[in-house]
Amino acid sequence: MNLHAYLAAAARARPEHAAVVAPGKGELDYRALDDLSDRLRDRLVALGVAPGDRVGLCLRKSVDSLAALYGVLKCGAAYVPIDATAPARRNAFILGDCGVRAVLVEAGLAPALLEALDAGAARTPALLLEGVGKGDGLAAALDAIDRALPAEPTPTVEREDDDLAYILYTSGSTGNPKGVGITHGNATSFVEWAHGAIGTGAEDRFSSHAPFHFDLSIFDLYVAAKSAATLVLVSEEVGKEPLGLARLIAEERISVWYSTPSVLSLLAQYGKLETHDLSNLRIVLFAGEVFPIVHLAVLKDLLPAPVYYNLYGPTETNVCTYYRIPERVPPERRDPYPIGVVCEHLAARVVDESGAEVEVGGEGELCIRGPAVTRGYWGLEELTAASLLADDDGGVWYRTGDLVVEEEDGNYRFVGRGDRMVKKRGFRVELGEIEACLYRHSEVREVAVVALEDPDGVRVRAHLATDDGGRISLIKLKTFCSEHLPLYMVPDAFAFHEALPKTSTDKIDYQALLGDGRS
Amino acid sequence: MVPKEQVQASVKQFILSEFLPGEDAGELETTTPLVSAGILDSIATLKLVTFLEEQFSVQIDAHEADVDHLNTVEDISNLVLSKL
Repeated sequence: MNLHAYLAAAARARPEHAAVVAPGKGELDYRALDDLSDRLRDRLVALGVAPGDRVGLCLRKSVDSLAALYGVLKCGAAYVPIDATAPARRNAFILGDCGVRAVLVEAGLAPALLEALDAGAARTPALLLEGVGKGDGLAAALDAIDRALPAEPTPTVEREDDDLAYILYTSGSTGNPKGVGITHGNATSFVEWAHGAIGTGAEDRFSSHAPFHFDLSIFDLYVAAKSAATLVLVSEEVGKEPLGLARLIAEERISVWYSTPSVLSLLAQYGKLETHDLSNLRIVLFAGEVFPIVHLAVLKDLLPAPVYYNLYGPTETNVCTYYRIPERVPPERRDPYPIGVVCEHLAARVVDESGAEVEVGGEGELCIRGPAVTRGYWGLEELTAASLLADDDGGVWYRTGDLVVEEEDGNYRFVGRGDRMVKKRGFRVELGEIEACLYRHSEVREVAVVALEDPDGVRVRAHLATDDGGRISLIKLKTFCSEHLPLYMVPDAFAFHEALPKTSTDKIDYQALLGDGRS
Repeated sequence: MVPKEQVQASVKQFILSEFLPGEDAGELETTTPLVSAGILDSIATLKLVTFLEEQFSVQIDAHEADVDHLNTVEDISNLVLSKL
């Protein structure tokens, strides 16, 4: 099964149904989106792009960039979306790392990107778009080349399940981003599961909040297409602004929402949700980090009607567990909800450090097996081998690095990250566990705990954003921690922020916090 | 004879400035648990003992540098006063 088959099927079934809306700019129906991506396919083939190649996309989220990724897929190539707001040097590293055959780039970003990309290397063919929005930027760029040299129509390329569909680069612990290669089989197995399990249909209007270089976007893009539904693009500027987001959800009649909990927390606190008619919203999905229970409770109070799901899964597997949030969040609840049960298309097991399976109730690393599991990291055979464990029968388990406990009822409870373990005075300390503790504090809105090397040993520092932006008494905080954690896990220091710094994908930016000079 | 209030004020001031930067002084009461709440860890306790010995010219034995003798400002000042 091919990812781009979803677009073809929707274009056949509902050619005049709105496929994508860029609020304030315009929209395309399924036929027009299919046609525009066909034109790009033909142009890319004329440029020499062949099945198995990679094509970089350095475009802000737009109808143009949506058509672009389908155009790349239709050539049989894999698309490599990069963060248009990230430094050109980092983006050039990514495109160079996976050896893109061509790149689509907004004209304003092109000089810096192409200079960094082609430094000392052969020139990469680039398709420059003067602007992006409702698709006319891409159409104009194709028109301009067609006038000089028309592209011959070419057939859409069918790919095998094991062929790459896209590569998503994620932060690497070694300092350079690493590319997670996702095949058509990986992605479509997830889309098929999500479509059935979440239950979406042609009348739905999906939000597209996550940027295309973030794996949450896969649900938005392809489950919407699978449903022949409408995708509503949320620009980066609006995406971070709760009042604007609330207005957009209302005006665009969003029915299926998916984002990180951080965004939903902001919406709940500052979005003035009660002033809008959000009655179309029927499904709210969140993933990517722990949702502090205090904010989830507020959100559900303000918006009781939708069904809420906590989705969990790394880029390497996409969503692998899911949990339907109960209708009522008990006011006394302080612990986050579990990450849920394993998705029906996958298998899960919990293993200890030696790889032996841990019994129900015991803590261990969550490993995932099934058709959604990545074949590996681009060009990083050692890391791939360390992350993918062969089973006796030839199957492959992905080691998530996440520590979980399987509860008696089959739900998995997230405990922390395996690779954020530090030793303090000889004790093992999971920074995620300290965070989970602080999230239970009623005044804490966001928390990130980092470990710093210090002459006295490892110092643990907790960065906090509070409900009113102010400080909390250190005595009260340490006393609170000491009530939930062994003393050696009580943070040595606390730093207070109005809001914690975020990465471009709205996750807490730990690197920035580690560089924060406060002691 | 140094009054108890003076010892307590001095101990409070040291703990606030050394281990609780930015803290509202009113939060630190003479009965606030310090060692058992993780506010004074082992290194902080050592620093506190050094401070007490220099400030009040007393000798604090190793076995006294524990939660039973140093858990609150009240405990700490009682220990100091017993040695003056």
